Amino acid sequence: MSVQQETKIQAGKPKSNAKFLKRLNAFKAWLYLLPALVFLGIFMVYPLIDVLVYSFEEGYNSASQTSFGTGWFNYAYVLHDPYFLQAVKNTFIIVIITVPLSTLLALLISLALNSIKKLKEVFQTIFFLPYVTNTLAVGLVFMIMFKKTPYTDGLINMILAIFKTGPIDFIDGPYWAKMFVMCFYTIWVVLPFKVLILTSALASVDEVYYKAAKIDGTSRFRMFTHITLPMISPMIFYLVITGFIGAFKAYSDEVAIFGTNLNSAGMNTIVGYVYDMLYGDSGGYPSYAAAAALILFAIVFTITVVNLLISKKTSIR
Amino acid sequence: MKIRFEGLTKRFPNRNKKIKSEVVAVDNFSFEIPDGKLVGLLGPSGCGKSTALNLICGLETPTEGKIFFDDDDVTDLPAENRGVGMVFQSYALYPHLTVKKNIMFPLQNLKGEQKMTKEQMEAKALEAAKIVQIEELMDRKPNEMSGGQQQRVAIARALVKMPRVLLLDEPLSNLDARLRIQTREEIKRIQNTTKITTIFVTHDQEEAMSISDLIVVMKDGAVHQIGKPQEVYDSPVNLFVAKFLGTPPINVFTGRIKDGKLLIGEDTILGKDYVKDTKDQEVFIGIRPEGFLLREDKEKNGKLDGKNGVFHADLLAIEVMGRDTSVVFSHGSSEIEGTRLRAIVSSDNQIDPESKTVAFDVNPKKVFVFSKETQERLL
Repeated sequence: MSVQQETKIQAGKPKSNAKFLKRLNAFKAWLYLLPALVFLGIFMVYPLIDVLVYSFEEGYNSASQTSFGTGWFNYAYVLHDPYFLQAVKNTFIIVIITVPLSTLLALLISLALNSIKKLKEVFQTIFFLPYVTNTLAVGLVFMIMFKKTPYTDGLINMILAIFKTGPIDFIDGPYWAKMFVMCFYTIWVVLPFKVLILTSALASVDEVYYKAAKIDGTSRFRMFTHITLPMISPMIFYLVITGFIGAFKAYSDEVAIFGTNLNSAGMNTIVGYVYDMLYGDSGGYPSYAAAAALILFAIVFTITVVNLLISKKTSIR
Repeated sequence: MKIRFEGLTKRFPNRNKKIKSEVVAVDNFSFEIPDGKLVGLLGPSGCGKSTALNLICGLETPTEGKIFFDDDDVTDLPAENRGVGMVFQSYALYPHLTVKKNIMFPLQNLKGEQKMTKEQMEAKALEAAKIVQIEELMDRKPNEMSGGQQQRVAIARALVKMPRVLLLDEPLSNLDARLRIQTREEIKRIQNTTKITTIFVTHDQEEAMSISDLIVVMKDGAVHQIGKPQEVYDSPVNLFVAKFLGTPPINVFTGRIKDGKLLIGEDTILGKDYVKDTKDQEVFIGIRPEGFLLREDKEKNGKLDGKNGVFHADLLAIEVMGRDTSVVFSHGSSEIEGTRLRAIVSSDNQIDPESKTVAFDVNPKKVFVFSKETQERLL
């Protein structure tokens, strides 16, 4: 019996020791994570919860910290506000036009960049330049190019005059003209980053696949659709997802071209509406801003989840 | 199908742009590869063997010379029209496609009259898969398979169009030792069943010797010797070929021919019967490890064997390897001073490890004599 007891003790000791070590390690892990958790808690989680609370508080006043009551009132108001609906429409048009078009254009440019040998670095630098240029400066340039003033029709209208059309006022004129400038500008701004990512993705595809395909008599088009595209698809999905998120959050680009009074220009976006509700001329309504922000969050969240599901389904590895 | 080269040359511009001279990767190839044989292109890395393979399949165009498949000049034919199948060193299987789709890929490229229905393609793919015995893996993806299985898929993909020539670039280099031996037998078997002229590139002489019908030994872009593996091993044309073939490698000494005898140091290795009428000169002498015959211990310090002479060396170590015993020794006249030389003798021989010296007889068939200037074979 004593022998049995001894073995039990011996067997028990290292086991509890291991358990203790495991707990200690877990404790250490949490300790190391603590600074980040505290930081995120204060500056991310707490404000997010706050926004959620505001969005349900009717007529919340941040100065007096008071409200009239709780309910869906803010959402109802925002969803019936014609300015908000216009902002949603604008945002969706910009997203739907610019994300696919800029990704496609970036792909074409990267393919071209990848296939040239001479001056490759020079062209890569040129295509990357807009990325390091200030958005507002680029916006100003766009405005000067497109704007029609009493003195000049602007560069674009001069070009249009050659083709016997125009002049069109792109900045203060019809809605489609303004939207055209907006999409043009957005694509121009997001293109360099996408070109950069796709050029490196294309360069990372092993040359040997193309050699093997060539010996098997594969046409260039089939090489692109059956080898290149599947191989770089993770990067394309990455660009589409971040592109959607970025385009939904567009605001500063609009300000760069149409100025701060976006509602009167009819070119407001959802983020622009949120800003206006907080600080704009019609501002001082944090509850409406919170509700609009949460609606935007719901839209972006849904679309990102859908994107991820699609990318998982077609993922190669 | 026969493959014939006529003065085939490939030069690349030097990578270092300051140097104007060109790098000759393939230098004036003129020989013929007979139909239905398994041929090993053998040489150290950077000798141009992969370039030679790329020239045959059409991924590179030659600077000069011509390539013939039977009597057709294919020099200017693009790769896809040559009817070659190629297996790359890294296999180059498309990671996003299943095994079946990988094998079917070349068939889907066919155009015009050659175009096949899906059923025909699947039947062909299965046929190719059966040759390499992977028919039960058809729905896997490449990353779900072992290196050896991936290798087979790559071979099946190269075979599916029934090419006139099958090319393999370092086919075994990515496999572990055991799989390598298994796979090289597999390649031999596949080549035997399909009877397709097969050329493979390797830097591993053992690999080339073990399965090739014919080996082509290359160095610095030039062909040094072509022949059956045993022939090349038994009668190398120069010092490089002798050194490159064989494990453990051949032992090389500096020696001389004097009065019709072959001498290493003071030891007469071969007598007048062998040397005959070669003029007196300094030479390199290569002796294969199995060319040393251990003299019985009692004779170690004794009489000379009049016929072959006796070779004396300093014993360093005895390595027992079961079937054989490896005798490690050094000699003052070895080509590179202080090299550990090696003799392979039967393990029946009892050697005293305490002994400081060792003495051998020499099998004259395993002794090669090379000119000191040209390194060409003299005897």
